[in-house]
Amino acid sequence: MRKNLWISFGIIVILVVLAILVDLPKGPNIKIGKYFKEIKVHEGLDLRGGTHLVYELDLSKIDEKDQDNAVQSVINVLDRRVNGLGVSEPVIQSAKIGNKKTVIVELPGITNIDEAIQEIGKTAQLTFWEQTTSLDSQNLSSQMMGWQPTSLNGSHLKKATAQINQQSGEPEIGLQFNSDGTKLFAEITARNLNKPVAIVLDNEILTAPNVKSVIDTGEAVISGQFTLQEAKKLAIELNAGALPVPISIIEQRNIGPTLGLESVKSSLVAGLIGLLLIAIFMIIYYRLPGFIAVLALFIYTLFALALFKLIPVTLTLAGIAGFILSIGMAVDANILIFERMKEERRLGKTISASIDEGFKRAWSSIRDSNISSLITCTILYYTTSGIIKGFALTLAIGILVSMFTAIYVSKTFLRLILNENNYIKINK
Amino acid sequence: MQFMGSKKKWWFIISGIIIIPGIISLSLWGLPLGLDFKGGTLLELSFDQKNSVTTTEVKNALKDINLGDIVVQSTGEKQVLIRTSPLDKESQQKLKAKLNETIGESREIRLETVGPTVSKNLTSKAILAVIIASIAIILYIAYAFRKVPRPANSWRFGICAVFALAHDILAVIGIYSIFGHFFGYEVDALFITALLTVMGFSVHDTIVVFDRVRENLQKFSSKNFETIVNESIIQTIARSLNTSLTVIIVLAALSLLGGASIRHFVVTLLVGVTIGTYSSIFNASPLLVVWQNFSNKKRSQTI
Repeated sequence: MRKNLWISFGIIVILVVLAILVDLPKGPNIKIGKYFKEIKVHEGLDLRGGTHLVYELDLSKIDEKDQDNAVQSVINVLDRRVNGLGVSEPVIQSAKIGNKKTVIVELPGITNIDEAIQEIGKTAQLTFWEQTTSLDSQNLSSQMMGWQPTSLNGSHLKKATAQINQQSGEPEIGLQFNSDGTKLFAEITARNLNKPVAIVLDNEILTAPNVKSVIDTGEAVISGQFTLQEAKKLAIELNAGALPVPISIIEQRNIGPTLGLESVKSSLVAGLIGLLLIAIFMIIYYRLPGFIAVLALFIYTLFALALFKLIPVTLTLAGIAGFILSIGMAVDANILIFERMKEERRLGKTISASIDEGFKRAWSSIRDSNISSLITCTILYYTTSGIIKGFALTLAIGILVSMFTAIYVSKTFLRLILNENNYIKINK
Repeated sequence: MQFMGSKKKWWFIISGIIIIPGIISLSLWGLPLGLDFKGGTLLELSFDQKNSVTTTEVKNALKDINLGDIVVQSTGEKQVLIRTSPLDKESQQKLKAKLNETIGESREIRLETVGPTVSKNLTSKAILAVIIASIAIILYIAYAFRKVPRPANSWRFGICAVFALAHDILAVIGIYSIFGHFFGYEVDALFITALLTVMGFSVHDTIVVFDRVRENLQKFSSKNFETIVNESIIQTIARSLNTSLTVIIVLAALSLLGGASIRHFVVTLLVGVTIGTYSSIFNASPLLVVWQNFSNKKRSQTI
């Protein structure tokens, strides 16, 4: 019997060491063969600052059955554009508000939000137009009078690169078409020798150069009054592709990083003080078992933090509050067990019998009461997004881990340490 | 120690004292809705270059800008909070530009825009979440207590627990209304989160007592129901209070020392957990007894 206890103790020690390794600020990362995972704290938007955007998609011109595809391709395009901006760990996902399809975009750590929004929201439809003599000008803006669209557009683009023209030294954009595009482009240039062809982005003419020769290599160049910056931006847009449908912002939250940082520091301090006060209370009220509970609590904190880093859970300020709340609730289980133990002891049972009975009888209370908290966490998790979702997740993980530490860890320690002598001496 | 019997009415009176000011506040001042539920644009700016900025200055600067109703609040010596109906990018720029030329350079502390679709959706989601949570909890308790011996039945446990829950929700909303009026608290998504968390926790506590009642009912089936409930409370009051105490300690520390942006959230949790503890011990159980006595009376009448 004792041997089993020591084995349990050993397992706990190993787990604690692993947890500490994971919890260290600059600890080791996991490398198993080809599987590499960096272990770090993933900070949410309210901790790092950045912006949270919700875009509504105008799907009015798209069939029911194609709508999901449209949403997915919007997400893909936005994803490429955001990566082009160099944002690390962006969040781009689809959501539904009522019966409208939306896309949530979170850009943590970004500083020039307005520019970013401009970049992301452009429809970026690249089209090529040739001159026409027909006066069929329905659907044409005044700019496009006298032009007609060709079937060549941005979807035929294989790659766009910002480059400096060898001869003029001016920035320009090199286009390379795919095979279909190359064919189309050859036809267009053949048709329009010595005439201008307009290159249009989102209904604005970028440039309208004269075609000097037939181009069948599928390569073209857009030169205009660009700065290198603008050329680079345009290249990113063209490479990311056009949005299949227009999108508009229906919700935006910009969060400055300073707010988050200060709050985190003071909340962590508050959490530590709370922990200390609980420790003092438990030791005064329950003596030796109380001390064991505090030990279990400390181990609980290590395990929970390690899990947050491993899964990973994106930590937000509300999430930190949820974690601290779960610390307060973690002691719960221990209190239930100890009160039960006291009762069994008063009935005259031996220490080890009291411990066993205490744990057994208290388990139904612990299980039922934690399940009700888990029910509300689940409801919160599935009906919300972002910050509140993080709170629900950290609280739920906290509750589950605390059940494990309260029962497995506390029981092992209690059985190892508590015996008839020190119980009578220390506990009234 | 007698918790039941004639003392029952005292517990209900105290509950009344907790809830009534809230209800009065709700009817007088209502619940201040935050951005999440009302929709609109909220812009918090800091005019670092100046020594101080008054709300009148800002209001005057924006007088002729034609962007609808604008409310300006002061949040610091040189900080203001501007609320308007939902503004698009252009209008936001226009507003900032106007302030830059009349008052001076401003630094954006935060910007939040919530369109009407989002806010309407959030309101219905929040109400739905609270309803689903209540139903889920009744079902769960009824299931967990399904083996409770006669004369009690498991549905009663569930419903009494939810009544205590309703008491807590009403109390928290009422108190939030009072805080809203005097301290500027607003109903936002975090408030709903706090409410749901309090619900989960309040039931948590109630179950501790009910669990003991169930056990005693199984052990002492001959004794009077009211006596059993009373003894159950006496036996469990230590643990009930202690478990809540640890949570309250932690929340108190967080609300006093923790970050400002979640302070309202934490205080709401604190108030909710405290009231929840009270209702678990002094509302849920007396309700069980009252129901039992009522059905006993009816049964004896029909016989």
